[in-house]
Amino acid sequence: MEKTINFTLRVWRQKDAHSKGYFEDHKMEGITGDTSFLEMLDILNERLVREHKEPIVFDHDCREGICGMCSLYVNGHPHGPEGGCTTCQLFMRKFENGSVITVEPWRSAGFPVIKDLMVDRTAYDKIMQAGGYVSVNTGAAQDANAILIPKKVADEAMDAASCIGCGACVAACKNGSAMLFVSAKVSQLALLPQGKVEAARRAKAMVAKMEELGFGNCTNTGACAAECPKCVSLSNIARLNREFIKAKLKD
Amino acid sequence: MWLSSSTVGRKVVMSISGLFLILFLTFHMSMNLVALFSAEGYNAVCGFLGANWYALVGTLVLAFGMFVHIIYAFWLTIQNRRARGNVRYAVVDKPKGVEWASQNMLVLGIIVIGVACFHLYHFWYNMQLQEILGKETADVAACVLGSANDLSGVSVHDGYSFIVATFSNPVVVVLYLIWFVAIWFHLTHGFWSALHTLGWNNDIWFNRWKTIANIYTTLLCLGFAVVAVAFYIKSL
Repeated sequence: MEKTINFTLRVWRQKDAHSKGYFEDHKMEGITGDTSFLEMLDILNERLVREHKEPIVFDHDCREGICGMCSLYVNGHPHGPEGGCTTCQLFMRKFENGSVITVEPWRSAGFPVIKDLMVDRTAYDKIMQAGGYVSVNTGAAQDANAILIPKKVADEAMDAASCIGCGACVAACKNGSAMLFVSAKVSQLALLPQGKVEAARRAKAMVAKMEELGFGNCTNTGACAAECPKCVSLSNIARLNREFIKAKLKD
Repeated sequence: MWLSSSTVGRKVVMSISGLFLILFLTFHMSMNLVALFSAEGYNAVCGFLGANWYALVGTLVLAFGMFVHIIYAFWLTIQNRRARGNVRYAVVDKPKGVEWASQNMLVLGIIVIGVACFHLYHFWYNMQLQEILGKETADVAACVLGSANDLSGVSVHDGYSFIVATFSNPVVVVLYLIWFVAIWFHLTHGFWSALHTLGWNNDIWFNRWKTIANIYTTLLCLGFAVVAVAFYIKSL
């Protein structure tokens, strides 16, 4: 018999970006362990709808950990205390019977709350638009031996590319800095020959955009990498700093 | 200027000024160790660092480095608090692997600088400053907090006597030890973090730098602490 748990869900409710928010408690009973965190919220929302109350707004899309839409700051951790997974991959069996589960939106000036648990993450799109791409068409995938890339470099680029842009790094950072995101996006291209050509321009443009949008200065606490659902390494930030400093010294 | 207008540039300034201050502390610690072996030797070093033109230039450069480091620290902190927003999380749980020091660098820095002012009043004020003003003897009656020896009349060139007097007071010794602990926490993060900001880091060097930072900082702080404790024991 699958274990079921009862708990209190303390959820942040906020009417819109300008209203003052508050916490609301909901008693949850008989939730099975194989329910995902988002399914649990669906169950609660269906109940709220039946009771003619306003359902809780939260972001979600693919529910398999690759789209980067789900967020939620659960019990003091972005994407919950489990680590290495997104909120949609978090299961209720990880929580204690009778506990209080606190759910908050990302809190950062760069990500203002839209409603309840949903925040506006278009700032990340704007940073990407500032240079997070290769500006020429590089054609179809080459033969594996046409452009030689050491395995180690390919792996590093792939690890950086695993960033899904969910914003957990900013949510975890006491400085509201988006350096882990920007560094992952810069690294995934700077490491490979197709992206290397524009590396300097890209680093400068993306860092400038990040700052313009009000994100903070990185102080290397490492909270971002520790909370990243895709385990993006802090070393990427060193690489971004290196690219940026090199570019500025060349100017 | 990218060193003030860009986020990475500001951090580069913090890193370079921080590394410079670590270098200064290393010199200072080495100099203190001389006092354990030879009073004449220590006073010779003090004489070398008196009101000579090179010592004064050194003092000004050092003061500038400290000033920049402190101003940037407050500037960055204000910006970061603004970026964090006004609403705080209700539940906060420190993620695994995040150093306590890394999240409290400003507080640690304020402790360090606070005690440093007290320290300057004990030594620099009585020595280099009086020498610059053309006086031959210290004019402060005692080492503050009472119990130390009367220092008025001690020559400004006699650094050794200042050490003996200062560290005969247990309250001062304890305060200095707290100071070294704060410096230890500040530097264990600051050392590797500075190199990380300068881009000199990767997955392999990450743990190496952290280990080097811990060992270096521990030796540095022990070097300072040994002198303070040794002179207290001597005074008993």
